[in-house]
Amino acid sequence: MLVNEKIAIEHGLKTEEYKKICELLKRTPNFTELGIFSAMWNEHCSYKSSRLHLKKLPTKGKKVIQGPGENAGIIDIEDGDAIVFKIESHNHPSFIEPYQGAATGVGGIMRDVFTMGARPIANLNSIHFGSTQHKKTKNLLRGVVHGIGGYGNCMGVPTIAGQTSFDRSYNGNILVNAMTLGLVKKDKIFYSKAAGLNKPVIYVGSKTGRDGIHGASMASASFDEKIEEKKPTVQVGDPFTEKLLLEACLELMAGDSIIAIQDMGAAGLTSSSIEMASKGNLGIEINLDKVPCRETKMTPYEIMLSESQERMLIVLESGKEDLAKKIFDKWNLDFAVIGKTTNTKNIELYFQNKEVANIPVNTLVENSPMYDRKWKKSKIPKKNKIKKEIYNELKIKDVLKKILSNPNVCSKEWIWQQYDHTVMGDTIQKPGGDAGVVRVHGTNKAVAASVDSSAVYCWAHPLTGGKQVVVESWRNLISVGATPIAITNCLNFGSPENEDNMGEFVECVQGIGEASKYLDFPVVSGNVSFYNQTKEIGIKPTPSIGGVGLIKDYKKMITMSLKEVDNLILIIGKTEGHIDQSLFARTILDENKGPPPEVNLFNEKNNGESLLNLIEKDLIKSAHDVSLGGIITAISKMCIKGNKGIKLKTPKNLINKIEYLFAEDQGRYIVEINPNDMKEVSKILNKNSVHYEELGVIIDNEMIINEKTKVTIDELKSYNSNWLNNYMDS
Amino acid sequence: MKSSVITFPGSNCDRDMDVALKKFGFNNKMVWHNDNELPKSDLVVLPGGFSYGDYLRCGSMASKSKIMQSVINFAKSGGLVMGICNGFQILVETGLVPGVLLRNKYLEFICKNVFVKLDNKDNPYFKNLDKDIFELHIAHNEGNYFCTDDQLKEIKDNNQVAIYYSNNKGQIDENSNPNGSIKNIAGIFNKEKNVLGMMPHPERMIDQSLTGEDGSIFFKNLINNIK
Repeated sequence: MLVNEKIAIEHGLKTEEYKKICELLKRTPNFTELGIFSAMWNEHCSYKSSRLHLKKLPTKGKKVIQGPGENAGIIDIEDGDAIVFKIESHNHPSFIEPYQGAATGVGGIMRDVFTMGARPIANLNSIHFGSTQHKKTKNLLRGVVHGIGGYGNCMGVPTIAGQTSFDRSYNGNILVNAMTLGLVKKDKIFYSKAAGLNKPVIYVGSKTGRDGIHGASMASASFDEKIEEKKPTVQVGDPFTEKLLLEACLELMAGDSIIAIQDMGAAGLTSSSIEMASKGNLGIEINLDKVPCRETKMTPYEIMLSESQERMLIVLESGKEDLAKKIFDKWNLDFAVIGKTTNTKNIELYFQNKEVANIPVNTLVENSPMYDRKWKKSKIPKKNKIKKEIYNELKIKDVLKKILSNPNVCSKEWIWQQYDHTVMGDTIQKPGGDAGVVRVHGTNKAVAASVDSSAVYCWAHPLTGGKQVVVESWRNLISVGATPIAITNCLNFGSPENEDNMGEFVECVQGIGEASKYLDFPVVSGNVSFYNQTKEIGIKPTPSIGGVGLIKDYKKMITMSLKEVDNLILIIGKTEGHIDQSLFARTILDENKGPPPEVNLFNEKNNGESLLNLIEKDLIKSAHDVSLGGIITAISKMCIKGNKGIKLKTPKNLINKIEYLFAEDQGRYIVEINPNDMKEVSKILNKNSVHYEELGVIIDNEMIINEKTKVTIDELKSYNSNWLNNYMDS
Repeated sequence: MKSSVITFPGSNCDRDMDVALKKFGFNNKMVWHNDNELPKSDLVVLPGGFSYGDYLRCGSMASKSKIMQSVINFAKSGGLVMGICNGFQILVETGLVPGVLLRNKYLEFICKNVFVKLDNKDNPYFKNLDKDIFELHIAHNEGNYFCTDDQLKEIKDNNQVAIYYSNNKGQIDENSNPNGSIKNIAGIFNKEKNVLGMMPHPERMIDQSLTGEDGSIFFKNLINNIK
């Protein structure tokens, strides 16, 4: 087929981009070459709208072994061990086909991690759906949960934590972000940089089919009413083959045959071969007749753009082919030498003895477009003036019931009970806590991970929202006793071609950058997902932050369940009564104006580090960070988990009681201590100038809010645990 | 005491079982599904996982693996063979234990702690245990045990039920049945009681930092019984 501008535009390229391709090649590309350009230059693969801004994120630190730019980020957890981790979106495919979309999202992120030589040890996910009233929501939720479970369970990797939210803005664009942590020895890390001439290029894994062609391009466009027609662009997952691929790769990696290895994810063979060549400053020659195909008569175009799953590309040391083939034969996987590295610095493709493509690698990578998109700065909204008289009409118990059974607060056990969270025998904190925790197998160490997002705050003021997500991740890790080390981010936004959406992106990234820099909590990997919009309506800006931390002695891990009657409950951090954008304001008062709670990075760092200090000294019996729903929501969850009650004290300060209980001020934790330790605890907190108050004392069976308002633990449980089950059954 | 854990393509609890067996004193070997002969063993374990992806009926492909002939011979000569979760599904497919395992009643994967009640201690697995109710962990999609009325009668007549799903008091009722299993059956023996298939994973409950320690009690007792 002859290529022209019209065909290029059908491939999602812009006129000026097509012109640039012709200029770079000094000729018109052929159809296969055009396909390759469109795959490499789409938003998903090229980061053309985001690169400029992502450069500003802090990515270095004492513990960082590998920052962004590889398959995943890597951090040092001492004793020669390292954690490889990354989060990635699979939003568009999951909306079109929830089971396969979510499943292949999980499969893809695990491949990114084991490609680097690490055995996956934990999965997490952040999933966001439309209004619970929307007709598609229930089926999408069920499909996504089944898909995540279907893939992760079969792989035998525990799913240890996650986040689920519902918001109208996701009605037409759900979000599915999957995160994986892997464990590797520092001296056994594998990279994707090819090296050496005439080295064999090996294809392993599943055969190539026609599934997922142009998946990455689909993920780089908005949805419209014809979205159902895009089903063929969704890949189909085969977790069994991926499990074999994992074991086979790790077996090969135990030796020294591999020079470079790269999984075939978005844009399949195209992006994997080009990335390896580009990083090694080499060329690659591929004979497409050698690529194992599942279907007959596949064209070079289809082979290069297929996004069939469970495939890897390896540059091997010469002469190691037989040894490697033996391993893949043992695991019943395809193995084919499909090409070699060259010094041409071009990607050269041959098919049926003819050259079908010849493109300089740098034109695809370094010369890919980069845009400085227009964006609009947002002002911090004025404080919403809520009349306090409204509060007098509210009954605290009714409000608490509504908040605890709110879809965004209620127990998500229906979801995580469908994920195998105990396989591998090292899960010491299961889903439902502040962070999931797995032991580093065979050691005294444990790794904590959590995934967070706060779309409402980001929507109200992107800069503050961006900061808030990072500090929430930081707090969640500290609440389980982990020292936070680094984050990965999945940046889900609307169209970058819209100034408002682009502004949200730019300022959220700025907020993330500021917070992670201040907290020395660098960004080591991530992914950007734009065009989460249907026609003109974009989602609320939703950066998801995956945080990872280390617990040096796993026996010092903290959970949120209350432990012992008569122990004291303190709240660390100051309660100012910030109600705007709180769950209380939005759901009880139906008010959505005003700024999100302010983020004070000094207090976050100081409060967090002081709490870690208390944990280190064994002074903390349980802990939980205060977030959505405020103090009373946080303490309710601690009561439910520990099956104990609390007698709350009336606050000494002058804040309105309702605001005190439901405000979402940042930088706060609720902790349980033994009364005998109070002196030492207050000494440490005072020394560090950390604000704290006594919140109450643990009792049996009920929460006493004041003399008139008492709630039994069974009532709390029924408020919190039934909503999702009932919804899914209805 | 020597044990062997078979690794099938798609097994994913093989390492966990290896860790558990070694922790309680077994000298364990991992055996590849494509091998012909079992090493000398006092106990053979078919571990959990998704052998062959569970794409056909769970366990059916694995039950035809090369090593399985040797495992079947070992079982028929009185050797101890234990199948956990997918291993139970494989045992059912070989016919070493009666019945089948259907998809869970509510069509969803379930991962949680359950209580089970031992029915019969006159066997090498449970002999000498000083309690009847255990808290164990399940993680499966196809654990809904089913058999014909005739099979059920035979199972009962021969005391072949190993464990029932129960509540924490040992009551066997509908509320404590997680997956729809007939008569709350969670595990079953062959007639001779040397082959045990069960859905719960004792290997996931072997120290106090995990979801419980009843697995430790099971393994400690098991190795003492074999000695």
